[in-house]
Amino acid sequence: MSGLVVDVVVRRGDFEVAAAFEADVGETLALVGPNGSGKSTLVAALAGLVAPVHGRIELDGCALDADDVPSVPPERRPIGVVFQDLLLFPHLSALENVAFPLRARGVDRSTARRRAQELLERLGVGPRAGARPSELSGGEAQRVSLARALVARPALLLLDEPLSSLDVGVRARMRELLSEELARFPGVRVFVTHDPVEATSLADRLVLLEAGRVTQIGTPEEIRAMPRSRYAADLVGLNAFRGRLESAGEGVGRLVTDEGELTVALPPTYEGGEVIGLLRPVDVTLSLEPPAGSARNVLRGRVTSIAVDGERARLRIASAPPLVAEVTLGSLERLGLCEGAAVWASFKALEVQVLVD
Amino acid sequence: MGSSLRRCRTPLGFGLLAAAGILVIGLPIVGLVARTPWGRFVPILADGTAREALRLSLVVATSAGVLSLVAGFPLAWVLARASWPGASLVRALVVLPLVMPPVVAGVGLLAAFGRRGVVGSWLYEAFGVQLTFTTGAAVLAAWFVSFPLAVLALEAGLRGIDERLEGAAAAMGASRGYVLRRVTVPLLRSQIAAAFVLAWARALGEFGATITFAGNLQGRTQTLPLAVFERLQTDQDAAVALSLVLIGLALGVILALRGRFLR
Repeated sequence: MSGLVVDVVVRRGDFEVAAAFEADVGETLALVGPNGSGKSTLVAALAGLVAPVHGRIELDGCALDADDVPSVPPERRPIGVVFQDLLLFPHLSALENVAFPLRARGVDRSTARRRAQELLERLGVGPRAGARPSELSGGEAQRVSLARALVARPALLLLDEPLSSLDVGVRARMRELLSEELARFPGVRVFVTHDPVEATSLADRLVLLEAGRVTQIGTPEEIRAMPRSRYAADLVGLNAFRGRLESAGEGVGRLVTDEGELTVALPPTYEGGEVIGLLRPVDVTLSLEPPAGSARNVLRGRVTSIAVDGERARLRIASAPPLVAEVTLGSLERLGLCEGAAVWASFKALEVQVLVD
Repeated sequence: MGSSLRRCRTPLGFGLLAAAGILVIGLPIVGLVARTPWGRFVPILADGTAREALRLSLVVATSAGVLSLVAGFPLAWVLARASWPGASLVRALVVLPLVMPPVVAGVGLLAAFGRRGVVGSWLYEAFGVQLTFTTGAAVLAAWFVSFPLAVLALEAGLRGIDERLEGAAAAMGASRGYVLRRVTVPLLRSQIAAAFVLAWARALGEFGATITFAGNLQGRTQTLPLAVFERLQTDQDAAVALSLVLIGLALGVILALRGRFLR
């Protein structure tokens, strides 16, 4: 079959990553996970720089790694890589860096340089062809690195945190460029990120990786509808409470987490045990006085951070358990909230969606 | 603020000892320059045996420098990159010639490559080759003492390279040979130059191992230091003049390495 098939166990020191996923030709897959979840280890394994302990990596029907045959060495894999630290060759000019993959594969000098120059032009860094990597800005270096990954027309484009090293201002423009280049790249595209915006805006599907294991695979919509871990919920902007569900009588349940308790509606198929409670930040009501409404969950805590995004503000509240609440800028001003302020947060038991873990 | 920063003053004792150190190094050079017979300088150097010694010194030092690089690079690579039992033992062995008395090196070379030596006797019987008292022996002696400097400089250089760059090159389709030619060696350029210059300078000054293993034959094994030693007994002016030439070459080395030692 065409596309990428991965089912491997990779070890680096004491750390082990076990991952299985597939990506079709023309599809963009994001490997998403917190720091130390094993994303870069997987990239190294795909690129052939680390051999899997066992398992398969297959690209367009060819086994790159398999238990019964020797691995294909990195230099013979049809893969273009943008490394997290770019790893441009410091002793070569931008043009020579981009021509490198062609020259290494035996393409003659003038053809290699012409194709490298064309690609640099397309990515908007043509005039910087003669510059050394140390003379390039972060955005320019990123473009040169992308050109180097694309130039040999690989079957798989592999990008490790392609935007993380950039300033916020440059990042938006680069994300746009990356989105165009991903769309026009004819093969399989896989990129690694820990940024929710990048993941959901650039990828068709996400592979969530936590502590060396795949915890969820799906489209951003699928994950938003049913995040299977606290990290996944965080990624799509939901509060997630992992804990033990206990019955508190007459359709009411108590969700006991390590950080505090919540009252939730008891699902009809209640069997007890480990569950995840999900709560949308917009469902949290904030007030300065103890609320007198019907909400069963009333928590108090200090505001630890406020992030403003357009007309809305997201507040982190150090309650037990901790919460993220979302309010309009108007409400924020009316309540006069700032970081460090004490606040009451309330929400109905029904607003907590309980998923069996 | 209670305490203010005071300029750090040099303690008197330190100043005196430092001055003594400078004198120990400086006075012999001043002495050489003062004793140089400037009037006879050109005729001494124009002398056939002196010219021959200078030519031989350059040939021997350059050959030893090249051999140190050619054999030193793979060894440095193995020491820096591969993990194998005995690596630290081999590193100690490589450093040994640096701290070994050169005359002992000469005796060792004789025991190995002399006509009755472990390898030398076999060379002589099988091929009729006798190494001792040839220019080849002088090169071998110079190589022996200069090799460690080249290996250490190259190993330090290899350890300083970001190995991920080589991995990136492989991921860009480069074979191991191509990575070596187009990434590793170019990144090591200045360390390779330093390794060569250090080995060359050490080989140029070699005396003890050369005179023990290769002898002191004009035109074949008599390099400049050996010529200086011989003239010291017959013509002190010539010894001083030739010494000055060696100092001049040494100064050239320091200038070549100025990025490393001078700022």
